[in-house]
Amino acid sequence: MQMQPEFVEEARRQAEICNACRYCEGYCAVFPALQAERAFAEADLTQLANLCHNCRNCYHACQYTAPHEFDLNLPKALAELRHDSWDTFAWPGGLARAFQRSGTMIAVAFVLGFAALFLAARALPAEGEGFYAVLSHNAMVAIFAPAFLLPLASLSVSLRRYWAHVGGGRITLGHLRHAFGSAAKMRNLAGGHGDGCNFEEEDRFSQARRHAHTAVLVGFLLCFASTSSGTVLHYVFDAPAPYGFWSLPKLLGVPGGLLLGVGALWLAHLKLKADPELGAPRAWGGEMGFVLLLAFVAWSGLALWLLRDHAALPMILALHLGGVLAFFLLMPFTKMAHGFYRLAALVRDAQRREAS
Amino acid sequence: MTDTPDILVIGGGNAALCAAIEAAEAGARVLILEAAPKPYRGGNSRHTRNFRCMHDGPLSVLVDAYEEEEYVADLMKVTGGKTDEGLARLAIQSSQDCLPWMEAHGVRFQPSLSGTLSLARTNAFFMGGGKSLVNAYYRTVEALGVEVRYEAHVTHLELDGDCIARVDFDHEGQSHSLSPRAVVVASGGFQADRDWLARAWGPAAKNFLIRGTPYNRGVVLADLLGQGVASVGDPTQCHAVAIDGRAPLYDGGIVTRLDCVPFSIVVNNEGERFYDEGEDVWPKRYAIWGRLVAAQPDQVGHVIIDAKSINLFMPSVFPPLRADSIEELAGMMGLPAQKVAATVAEFNSACGDTSGFSPMELDGVTTTGLTPPKTNWARPITEPPFYGYSLKTGVTFTYLGLKVDERAQCATDRGPIRNLWAAGETMAGSILGQGYLAGFGMTIGTVFGRIAGKEAAAYANAA
Repeated sequence: MQMQPEFVEEARRQAEICNACRYCEGYCAVFPALQAERAFAEADLTQLANLCHNCRNCYHACQYTAPHEFDLNLPKALAELRHDSWDTFAWPGGLARAFQRSGTMIAVAFVLGFAALFLAARALPAEGEGFYAVLSHNAMVAIFAPAFLLPLASLSVSLRRYWAHVGGGRITLGHLRHAFGSAAKMRNLAGGHGDGCNFEEEDRFSQARRHAHTAVLVGFLLCFASTSSGTVLHYVFDAPAPYGFWSLPKLLGVPGGLLLGVGALWLAHLKLKADPELGAPRAWGGEMGFVLLLAFVAWSGLALWLLRDHAALPMILALHLGGVLAFFLLMPFTKMAHGFYRLAALVRDAQRREAS
Repeated sequence: MTDTPDILVIGGGNAALCAAIEAAEAGARVLILEAAPKPYRGGNSRHTRNFRCMHDGPLSVLVDAYEEEEYVADLMKVTGGKTDEGLARLAIQSSQDCLPWMEAHGVRFQPSLSGTLSLARTNAFFMGGGKSLVNAYYRTVEALGVEVRYEAHVTHLELDGDCIARVDFDHEGQSHSLSPRAVVVASGGFQADRDWLARAWGPAAKNFLIRGTPYNRGVVLADLLGQGVASVGDPTQCHAVAIDGRAPLYDGGIVTRLDCVPFSIVVNNEGERFYDEGEDVWPKRYAIWGRLVAAQPDQVGHVIIDAKSINLFMPSVFPPLRADSIEELAGMMGLPAQKVAATVAEFNSACGDTSGFSPMELDGVTTTGLTPPKTNWARPITEPPFYGYSLKTGVTFTYLGLKVDERAQCATDRGPIRNLWAAGETMAGSILGQGYLAGFGMTIGTVFGRIAGKEAAAYANAA
C-alpha cells in the first residue's frame, strides 16, 4: 500500500514543526499522538491524518501559517493525506478516486440508481399494499441485500488494510469504549476547552459543526434502526409494511429522517462558509455531493410518508430508493467511509494511549 | 475613521489589547493602531505560550500555590536585584486577579505542555499558544466597538508641555494626525531595528537573530525618548536566548529553541568550552545563554552531544549534523578538528562516576579538575554517532524603555505627562533590569495594560 509521496512528505515536514512547538497540545487527539513520535513513518502520518477531524483550531492558533516562511497548514496537509489514504486502501481501488472527488459522479450514480429502480418497478411484479404495490418486498430485498452487503465486504477489506498499515494490535472492549465515546460526544470537535471549532468564520469558535454532525449521525442511526425494526417485524412477527405512525419503524424513522435531513443541509451550509483551502480542495465536490445525497435520501423518505396516498408515490419511491441504492453502493468510496476509518483511528489511538 | 477617538492605543499585542478592553469597558471610544498586517498582528504576544501567575491555592489549570514571596524571590534571582520592587510586587500581586479576567475575555488555558512540567505550578499555558490569546482579545475588542487599523505606522507623538497634543501616523499610503484625549503606548521594544541594536552592542549585533515580530522597531520609543520622556534600562539588556543558528532572521518563535545544552558540551569557534553547561535545569538557564553566546567570537556556539543523549530533549525543528567521529563532526561544523577533539578528550577524562545520571533533575554528576566545570549531567561524549547544533543569540525583546509609575503613567523630568500611559515590553525594563523569568513578560503586559487602559479611560471620561 503506497500513498502519494508528495502528501506524505508535506505532512511529515509540518508534523516535525508541530512537534517542536506543541502549543496546540490541548486541542484534540492529534497532538498528543504526534508528540509521542520523534520521527514520522508513513504509517504514523496516516494514523494522524485519520485522527484529525478538521476542526481547524490549530490552523488559526498557529504562528507559522502563511505568509510565514514555514507555511503551516496542518488541517490541509492531513486532509490531503487522509483522502489519499482512503483512495489507497479502497477496494476496488479506482472507484474511490472517482467518487471521493466528484459530486457529479455521485449525481450520475444517483440517476442510474433511480433509473434502475424505475425500471424494476415497471418490469418486476408488484404484490401487497403501500410501497409493495409499486415494487414487491422480495424484489426490494433482491436489490438491496447485495447493495448493502457488498459495500460492507469492501469496507472490511479497506479497514483490514488500514489496520495492517498502522500496525494496530488486538482490540479490547476498553479501546472500543474509548473510540465510540469520542465519536458519540464528538470530543475532537469540542476544541479541548469545549468552545467548539474554527470552521465557518476564521478564528471564531462555534459548536455548529459539532451539532450538525451529531444530528446527521443520530439521524442516520435512527433511520437504520427504523429499517432494521421493519425487517424484524416482517420476518419475525409476520407483520409486513405499511406501518402506522405509532409503530417502531415510524417512531424511529420520522425523527431520524428529520435529524438527518436538517443535519445534512446544515453541514452543507457550513461547508459553503468554510475555507476550502483548509481541507482537501480536490475532495470538496465529492464531499458536498455526498452530504446532499444524504439530505435527499432523508427528505425523500419523509416525502414518501407524507405523500403515501398521492398519485406521485411510485415516482417518489423510485427516487428515494434510487438515492438509497446509490448511497449504499458508494459507501466505501464516498465521504461515508470516513466514519469507519475515523473509528479505526480512534481505536488505534486508544491503544497508543494505553501503551504510553 | 472620521471621529477622533477618546483613547488611542499604539500597538496590537497583549498589553495594547488589555488596555483597549479596559478602556472600552469603561465607556471610552478606542482606536488601535497596529503596525503589522492582520496575519502578523499581536507583536511578540503571538509567539508566547504562558502567563506566570501568583496564586494562593489551586487556580484554573495551576496546581498547588505560588505565593508572592516565592515569586518575588524568583524574580530577584534572575534579575540580580535589578528591578523596581514596588512595580514588581504590583505586577505579581495583580497577576492572581488577571487570570480569571483573561478567561472572562476569551482566553483559554491548558495544563502545562509536555516537556514543561517544571512550570506546571507557576505558569498557566494558553490553549493554542499566544496567537489564540491574541485572536480572542481581537474578537473581544471588536465586540466592544473598538476600531482596529492594521499596517498603521505611528511616526510621531507631539509632546506639548505635560500633554501629548497630537499623534501622526501613516496608513494606506496617507499621513494622518489625531488629537485623542489620551494615548497608551504598547508598541514593544526596539529589537527589530538592527541599527539601534548595533549602536548598543557594536558590530556583534549583526549576528543576532530576532525571535519575534519584525515590526517592533522602536519608532515610538525613540520619538518619545528624543523629546525627553523618562527612560529606564540599559540598551544592551534584553531577553535573549541561545537558539538554533539556522533559525530565520525574524519570527522563528518557539520551534527554534534547543533544549540539549545540559546534555552537551558547547564550544566556540576556536573549539573551546566557555561556560558550565550543567549549571541548572534548562528552563532556569536558557535565558542566560543568549548573552553567553553573544560574548563569543562571531557570536556563535556549537553544541556537541553523542548518541546517548539524542532522545533526552524536545525534538528541534532543524535536524542536527551527524557524524561518526568528533573530528568529522568538527569538520562539518567548520571548527578546528584537532582542537575540538582535544577539548572533548579533556572533558571526557574529567568525567567521573556517571551512575547517578538523571536527566530531569540536578544530578550532581560533575567533572573534576576541569575549567570551566560541568556540574551536572557530565557524561563523557563517547558513543557515536555524534550530533552537532549551532547556537546563535536570539533576541526576544529589549529592556531600554519608558519609565512608568504604579499607574503606568509616563513622565518627563518636569513631572508626569497627563495623558500618556505605557504598557508591555516598551516599559518592562522598569521591572526587568536584566535576566528573564519565563512567562513574566505576559504578566507585565496584562497587568500594566489593564492599568493603563483604566487610567486612560478615567482621564478621558473626566476631561
